[in-house]
Amino acid sequence: MTPPSTEARARGSRRTDEVVIEVKDLHVAFDGRPVLAGVDLRVYRGETLVIMGGSGCGKSTLLRTMIGALRPNRGKVVLLGKDLHALDEDGLDALRKRFGILFQSGALYNSMTVGENVALPLREHTSLDEAIIRIMVKMKLELVGLRDFESLVPSQISGGMRKRVGLARALALDPEIIFYDEPGAGLDPVVAGVIDKLIADLSRKLGVTSIVVTHEMGSAFRVADRMVMLYEGRVVAEGPPEAIRATADPLVRQFIHGEPDGPIPLRRSKTDYAEDLLA
Amino acid sequence: MRVLRAAFEPIGRSTLALLEYLGGLALLLWDGVWWMVVGPLRGKGRIRREESFFQMRRLGIDSLGIVALVIFFVGVILAFQMAYVLKTLGVTEYVANITGVAMTREMAPLLVAMVMTGFSGAAITAEIGTMVVSEEVLALETSALNPVRFLVVPRVLASMVIMPFVSLVATYIGIAGGFFVGNALLGIEAEKYLSRTLDSLKYKDIFTGLVKAEAFGVLVALIACHEGFHVTGGAEGVGRATTNAVVRSIVAIIVCDALFTAFFYYFL
Ligand SMILES: Nc1ncnc2c1ncn2[C@@H]1O[C@H](COP(=O)(O)OP(=O)(O)OP(=O)(O)O)[C@@H](O)[C@H]1O
Ligand SMILES: [Mg+2]
Repeated sequence: MTPPSTEARARGSRRTDEVVIEVKDLHVAFDGRPVLAGVDLRVYRGETLVIMGGSGCGKSTLLRTMIGALRPNRGKVVLLGKDLHALDEDGLDALRKRFGILFQSGALYNSMTVGENVALPLREHTSLDEAIIRIMVKMKLELVGLRDFESLVPSQISGGMRKRVGLARALALDPEIIFYDEPGAGLDPVVAGVIDKLIADLSRKLGVTSIVVTHEMGSAFRVADRMVMLYEGRVVAEGPPEAIRATADPLVRQFIHGEPDGPIPLRRSKTDYAEDLLA
Repeated sequence: MRVLRAAFEPIGRSTLALLEYLGGLALLLWDGVWWMVVGPLRGKGRIRREESFFQMRRLGIDSLGIVALVIFFVGVILAFQMAYVLKTLGVTEYVANITGVAMTREMAPLLVAMVMTGFSGAAITAEIGTMVVSEEVLALETSALNPVRFLVVPRVLASMVIMPFVSLVATYIGIAGGFFVGNALLGIEAEKYLSRTLDSLKYKDIFTGLVKAEAFGVLVALIACHEGFHVTGGAEGVGRATTNAVVRSIVAIIVCDALFTAFFYYFL
């Protein structure tokens, strides 16, 4: 695989050669309809990997399989040295405490306040004092700029704010790996920029490994040490951001420049239109 | 042959579906008991006490008013219906005996379970179903927080604690309903009515009533949780699951009640 680019090094990438996630020949299908068809992927400790691809191409599905929430039809995921889908529940739980996830919708616990959401992993998985937990919650919320919103419940804050709280919660246990599903979607440009900076800071200052799923190219180029593009259930391009930006591959070019014409079709149907109408 | 097949295939298929469903319930029950007893003992995760108390309050206190209202009128109805037959035999005062026994052994636990199904069973399914749809359950799982321990245990536990209690209260109120008819409308003296009620009640009547209430409590909460976890397809799916939860709980309660009643009749 490609070594860290000079550009990435210049930005202070802390990528090492240790592989923390290895995805091998991953196949996932829903009701016989294949979504992932042989994804191969490696993630190195300390890097920020951006997974890009069109809406509905299976990015969230890949993410869910990588965290052990979905069982693949074929292939495997090795996360932090463990074959994810061969682990029992206890083994999985031990692993789960070492990574954090920002879900596409935030997935906050709606029956709890913002503060309780962030405190929950700390209360359940550590034996810290309540006083210390309270301080840590404030710190995590301050990171995402929402310290004053601790006592509100999720239904009282906006979608973008829910996402930021989701991020604070994902950070609660200081995970080694963080998965972000569309971190910038639904946020205004300023806040999206703040989140991008946060992702970069976590990786550069603390050496956190980040996997960022997105179809927003601006943000992708801002945070990535390395990028892969997913298309029709496979990785079709891989490389450092500058190589992706300069690529001649028409598929990738179309995607990163958002051109309506090119090899990527708008329509996803496999059946013939005329035939379907007459059927 | 083809006719036979056409006739039996649906039966076979729905039998299989039923068995699968019961299997799913049994598995959830097993998981729930594990997280109630074994898990905490082995230090895998404690029981969420505050959440359990919260659920108890929600299930018990909040439904008590409706339960009281319903069961009082059931007592009234029961007394009238009994009097209708007993009057012709000239033993109207037996209304007290029958209302007392029927309330304690049957009507109170059954009606409390029915009210609970509509009241809290539906709420539990909607709540858990919404959590599934909004990925909250996935978030729990991926944070190494077992959803059974987190969501099922507090609700089943609350139901187990609350149901016998509410059922007992309902028994009193139901008997009061019967007393109101017997005393105020049918003219049975108060003292006579009460002593007849007490004389006809044995400890085992109270016991069987409580056993039923306990079993119904587990059933209602368990089915509600099960339906909630199996929601698919957004908000619409939540609505469908809620209806399913209520219908299935009612069927389960009635069948379970019949089995219990037969068992108690022969063996107790
Ligand atoms: N639970 C499921 N059951 C059936 N089909 C599913 C399920 N989850 C996802 N799919 C299908 O898999 C495909 C990929 O979905 P996925 O959510 O992974 O896309 P995505 O790349 O994350 O899209 P977006 O950018 O819009 O979030 C879609 O066509 C979707 O319909
Ligand atoms: Mg997605």
